[in-house]
Amino acid sequence: MATTVFMEALSPTMEEGRLVKWHKREGDAVKVGDTLAEVETDKAIMDLQARADGMLRQVSVAEGQTVPVGKEIAVIVAPGETVGAAPVAPAPAATTGSGKRETLKDSLTVAGNVATAPAPPPVAVAAIPAPTTADAAPIKASPLARRIAKEAGVDLKRLTGSGPGGRVIRRDLEGVAVGREAAPVAVPAPAATFPVSRVPSPERTGAPYEDVPLTQIRKTIAKRLAASLGPVPHYFLTTEVDMERAAEAREALNRELGDEGRISFNDIVVKAAALALTRHRACNAWFQDDHIRYWNEVHVGVAVAVEDGLITPVIRHADRKSLREIGLETHDLAQRARNRRLRPEEYTGSTFSVSNLGMFDIDQFTAVINPPEAAILAVGSVAQKPVVADGAILARRRMRLTLSCDHRVIDGATGAVFLKTLKQMLENPLAMLL
Amino acid sequence: MPTLTYRDALNQALREEMQRDPGVFLLGEEVGVYQGAYKVSRGLLEEFGPMRVVDTPIAELGFAGVGVGAAMAGLRPVVEFMTWNFAVLALDQIVNSAAKILYESGGQVPIPIVFRGPNGAALQLAAQHSQAWESWLAHIPGLKVVAPATPADAKGLLKAAIRDDNPVIVLEGEMLYNTKGDVPEGEHVVPIGKADVKRAGTDVTLICHSKTVVPALKAAEQLQEQGVSAEVVDLRSLRPMDEESLVASVVKTNRCVVAEEGWPHCGIGAQVVDIIQREAFDSLDAPVLRVTQADVPMPYNKQLERAAKPSAEKIVAAARRVCYLD
Repeated sequence: MATTVFMEALSPTMEEGRLVKWHKREGDAVKVGDTLAEVETDKAIMDLQARADGMLRQVSVAEGQTVPVGKEIAVIVAPGETVGAAPVAPAPAATTGSGKRETLKDSLTVAGNVATAPAPPPVAVAAIPAPTTADAAPIKASPLARRIAKEAGVDLKRLTGSGPGGRVIRRDLEGVAVGREAAPVAVPAPAATFPVSRVPSPERTGAPYEDVPLTQIRKTIAKRLAASLGPVPHYFLTTEVDMERAAEAREALNRELGDEGRISFNDIVVKAAALALTRHRACNAWFQDDHIRYWNEVHVGVAVAVEDGLITPVIRHADRKSLREIGLETHDLAQRARNRRLRPEEYTGSTFSVSNLGMFDIDQFTAVINPPEAAILAVGSVAQKPVVADGAILARRRMRLTLSCDHRVIDGATGAVFLKTLKQMLENPLAMLL
Repeated sequence: MPTLTYRDALNQALREEMQRDPGVFLLGEEVGVYQGAYKVSRGLLEEFGPMRVVDTPIAELGFAGVGVGAAMAGLRPVVEFMTWNFAVLALDQIVNSAAKILYESGGQVPIPIVFRGPNGAALQLAAQHSQAWESWLAHIPGLKVVAPATPADAKGLLKAAIRDDNPVIVLEGEMLYNTKGDVPEGEHVVPIGKADVKRAGTDVTLICHSKTVVPALKAAEQLQEQGVSAEVVDLRSLRPMDEESLVASVVKTNRCVVAEEGWPHCGIGAQVVDIIQREAFDSLDAPVLRVTQADVPMPYNKQLERAAKPSAEKIVAAARRVCYLD
C-alpha cells in the first residue's frame, strides 16, 4: 500500500514550503517518524516526517524548490510494491491554504501529528494510524473548555485533552490557567517566608486527583489576569542593568541602618521606577475604554505571593518616600497580605506595578499587566555576570528588567525611554537624589 | 410541621380545596364507598356526601367526559384514574376535549379540571400496568403536567392544580403513597412551573422528577462519598418546565444527568437536554447523559424488572461518566 508524501502545513499560517534538504533519497528505506526532509515554512525550518514504513520513491521536488502545501512530493511504497502502480491520493488541499486554517495544527504539535488526506480508500489512508488523521478534524473540546480557553486566550491546539477521544475538558485548562498566573508573583520580603507552593496539600485519600474549589482570591486572579492578556495588547521591552553601584549603595545603607530595617533591591527598584514615572507620565496611566487617565501621583503596586494567590499592595506616593520608608512599608504590607489583613484601599488604586521573581533566581520574565494600569515591570535576579568593558571582561552584578506595556497607551519608543531613565537611575543611584 | 404520608397530603389538599370551594368535586372508580383504591379519598364521602364524591362505572372515557362537561358548566372536577395505565382509554377526552376547548371556543370556555392518579411502574405489575405516561401528556399544548415527589409538593401542587383554570395532569406514584415527609398545614400552594433544588451541589446536576427523585438523592449520597458533589433538581412541573432553574444549575456545575421513569425515545429527558444544550451550551463540559427505563415493555420477572428500571447505581454511573471519572 503506497502512502503519498505531501508538502505539509508545518505552521498554522504556512501556505507553501521550500524544500531545503532531502534527508532521505529515492529508494531509501524509511520508518514512521524518520525525517524525510527539511522544509522552510513562513516561520522556521521544520522537519517533514515519514508517516509510513517503506521505501521512498517518486521524489518529485528538488532541493531549493518551493511548492504549495498539499502538493505530493514523494511516495512511500511497501517493500516489493511496484512504484508505477502506486496510485496517488488526492492532496489534502482543502485543509490548507484556504479558509480552514483553524483546523491546522499548531507548529508546536507538528511531530507525528500532521494533516493527512481524507483519501478515498484504499489509497494512502490505510497506512496511516487512525489517531493521527484526527488532526485534520476540528479540535475536540467541550463547549465549556472552548469558552474558558477563549476567555483566557489559550490555544486549544496546544493542549492534550484528557476526555474521551482526546476531548479537551475543563480540567485540562485548570493547569494552564495556573501557569499563566504564576508570572507576576513576586515578593519583596525575605525568601524564607514565601509560601513556596500555593497548591494546598490535601489530605491523602488515594484519589487520583483532588478538586479544590476556587477560593475567592483565585477566582479574582483568574478573572483579572484573563481580562488582561486577552484584551490588552501587551508587548515587552527588556534591558539589562548594571547593579554594582546600586548594590554598593544598598550595602552601605544597610550598614547604616543596622537593626532598623533592611533595604532590598526591590525597594531600590520601586523607588527608581517611581521617580522615573514622574518623568514619563505616559507610563503612569490607566486605560479607561474611551480615555486614558494620566496620573500625576505615583502609586506603585508591589506583587506579593500569598497562600493560594497573589495580591498587589500599593506603596502610595512612592516617588516621595525614602528608601527606608518604602522598605518598611513594603515589609508591613507584605506581612499583612500574607495574613489576609489588608484593607481594600491598601491594594487598590496603583498606577504602575512591580513584580519581582529575582529571589527565585529567575533571570527575566514577562509579567501580565494589572488592568487598568498601562504597564508592569518584571524584575529578575541580581547576579554576577561577565561583562565586557573597555575590552576587558569584568564580573559585574547585573539585573534584567522587562517592562510589559499596553500598546493602547504606551508606544514602543515611549516605553523604551522610560526604561532607559530607570536603567540610568539604577546604574547611578545618586541620580535619585536629584 | 406535621409529618404526613404522600397519600394523606393529597387527601388534605382535596379536603381543604373542597371545603374552600363548593365547585370542587371528586369523581372516579372506587373514590367514594371504598375510599379510593389507594385511600387518597379517605373520609371525603362522609364529609362531603355523594354529590361531591362520585363513584363511577369502569368507563374511563365516559367519566373523563363527564368531568370535562362539568368543567364547561363551571365546576372544578377532580378526576381520579385508578392508574394512568387506565387513563389511556380516556385520552380522547383529555387530549381532544379538555386540552382544546379553551382554544376552540376562542378563549370563552375554560376547563378547570384535574386529572390525577398513580403513574409509572410499581412492583411486578407487568408490561401493561407499569408505564410512565408523562411524555405523552406533556407533549400536548393546552395541558399542564405536574409530578410531585414529596408529600409537601403533593399537597402544594394538587392545590395549585385545582385552583388553575386550565386542565392539569397530576402524576402520582403507587410507590410514593406511603412515603412520609413534613407537610405545611393549611394554605400551602406550590406554583406550577417551578423546579426545586432538593439537594445543592457543585460538580454535577441530577435532574429528576416524581419517583426518580428518590434514587437521585440516593445517588447524590453515594457520589458524595466518592468526592463528587451532586445537585439534585426536581422538575416538579413537566409542562410548563422551569428552564431558568435547570439552566442555572447546569451553568454552575457544567455537567448534567437526567433521570426519568419513562422510555428513552422522545422522553421528558430529551426535552430537558434540548433546553440545556440550547441555553447552557457554553457551560457544558460533557454531553448530557440520560438514565431511563430500558427501551422495552416492562418485564414481569422481578430481576428483569429491577434491571429495566432507573436506579441510584445507574445514576451514579452516569454522573461519574459526565465527570470523566470513568
